[in-house]
Amino acid sequence: MPLTEQTKQDWSPRIVAFFCNWCTYTASDLAGVSRLRYAPSTRVIRVMCSGRIDPEFVIEAFTQGADGVLIGGCHPGDCHYSEGNYKCLRRYHLLQRVIAQMGIDQRRLRLEWISASEGKRLQEVVNEMTETLRQLGPSTIREVVQTVIK
Amino acid sequence: MAQDKPKLKLAVYWGAACGGCCVSVLDVHEKLLDILAHADLVFWPIALDIKYKDVEEMPDGSIDITLFNGAVRNSENEHMAHVLRQKSKILIAYGSCAYLGGIPGLANFSTREELLRRVYEESESLDNPQKIHPQPSTEVSEGHLHIPSFYNDVLTLGQVVDVDYYIPGCPPQSERLVEVFMDIVSGKDLPPKGSVIGASIRVQCDECKRKKSDKKGITRFYRPWEVTDDGETCLNEQGILCMGPATRAGCGVRCVEGNAPCRGCYGPLDGIGDAGARILSAIASMLDGKEPEEISRATDSIVDPAGTFYRFSLPGSKLRRKVS
Repeated sequence: MPLTEQTKQDWSPRIVAFFCNWCTYTASDLAGVSRLRYAPSTRVIRVMCSGRIDPEFVIEAFTQGADGVLIGGCHPGDCHYSEGNYKCLRRYHLLQRVIAQMGIDQRRLRLEWISASEGKRLQEVVNEMTETLRQLGPSTIREVVQTVIK
Repeated sequence: MAQDKPKLKLAVYWGAACGGCCVSVLDVHEKLLDILAHADLVFWPIALDIKYKDVEEMPDGSIDITLFNGAVRNSENEHMAHVLRQKSKILIAYGSCAYLGGIPGLANFSTREELLRRVYEESESLDNPQKIHPQPSTEVSEGHLHIPSFYNDVLTLGQVVDVDYYIPGCPPQSERLVEVFMDIVSGKDLPPKGSVIGASIRVQCDECKRKKSDKKGITRFYRPWEVTDDGETCLNEQGILCMGPATRAGCGVRCVEGNAPCRGCYGPLDGIGDAGARILSAIASMLDGKEPEEISRATDSIVDPAGTFYRFSLPGSKLRRKVS
C-alpha cells in the first residue's frame, strides 16, 4: 500500500528488541540512568542470552507487526555462558539469508554487540535503526500474512 | 461374510497433490483386504468412478473417515474440502501437502501472476504466441465452460476447514495408516482433536542409527553429489544437509537408511510453530566458526536455505508466503 505523506508523518517505527540480560539489557539500563535521549521505538524483551533467541521469535515479531527486530548481545568472547553469542551470530547469518528470500528487507533485522558499559552505543544503535526503518517505511508483513489472496 | 457391525465408510480425496499419497494407500498391499473387511470405499477419484455430485448428495456426516491429501490451491480443492468436511465424521489431513502445504506450497515463493507468466509466456517448451492465459470461464459455441480458479496463495487443509487429525509424510508411511485405521476400527480411544497421528513424538535423530558426536563443527555444506558418504557418520557432520535434527520421526528414518538426507517431510514436533525456523536454528547451531566471514562461508554454502528449510511447510509456517 503506498503511503501518503500524512501517514508517513504519523507513523513511527516499532522495533522489537531482544536484549541479553548480561550486556545489552544492562546497557539499556545504563542509558536510562545516564538520561540519554533516544528514539522511543523499541519494545525490549529481556532474554538470558542472545543464544536463547530462536529464529522463530524474530519471525513471530515480524508477523505480529514489528517494523524491525534488533538483537543485542555480549561482545564476542564476553558471553556470560561463554558461547551463546556465537550461536546467535550463526543463526543470525542464516536467518538474514532466509528473510531476504522471504521478501523481507534485511535492514529490518539487526544484530549488535553492546556491552553493559555501552549505554551510549545503545543510544546510537537505536537511533540509527529507527532512522533506517523510517526510510524503509512501515512493514507490510503482518497485513500480507493475515490477508489470504485466493 | 456375516458382519456383526456395519462397515465404516471411507473416502480418499486429493487436492493439489502428486498422487503419491493415494498410491501410499495402495501400498498397504494385502493389508488393504483387512481394511476392506471393515470399510467400504465410497469415494476415491484415483480408483473409483464416483462424481462430485454423488458426494454432494450423500447425507451430512455419512462418511466415517476421509483422508484428504494435497494442499488447497484452487477453487475446486476448496469446494471439495468444504463438501468433505460436511459429509465426514473424521476428516484427516493426510500427507505433508494437506498438513503444511508440502511441495505445491513452495509456489508461495511466487505470486499467481509470476507463475502464470512463467508457465504460459516464458516456458522453454511453449508455443503460445498470443500469450493466452487460462480463464476461469469461457464462452464457446456449445455454451459456457468453467475451470477452477487458481489461487494466489497455496493453503493447508487446516486453513480452509476444521481438521480432526493430521498424518504427516510425503507420502505417509503406509504401515502407519494401517495402524491408525485399525485403532479407529477397534474403537480405541482417539487422541485429542488436532493431534498429529501416525508418527512419533520424537525427532528423526533419536531413531537414526548413524554415529553422531556432540561437537558437529560444520565449516561448510556440500551438495550430496560433491562428497562421498562414508555410510555410517551423521550426514550433517559430513556436510550433507539433513533435516533430521528438527523433523518428527515416524517414517523409520527411511531416507537416511537409504543413504539420502532427511528432507523434513514429517514436519515439526508438537509445540513448534514454525518448522523452517526450527530447522534453521538446529542447522545454524551445528556450524563452526566464530568470525563473521567464516560463518558466512558456511551459511552461503547452503543453496536456497528458505526453500530447503520450508520445503514441506511454507503455507503452514508463520509467514505463510513470500511477503513482498
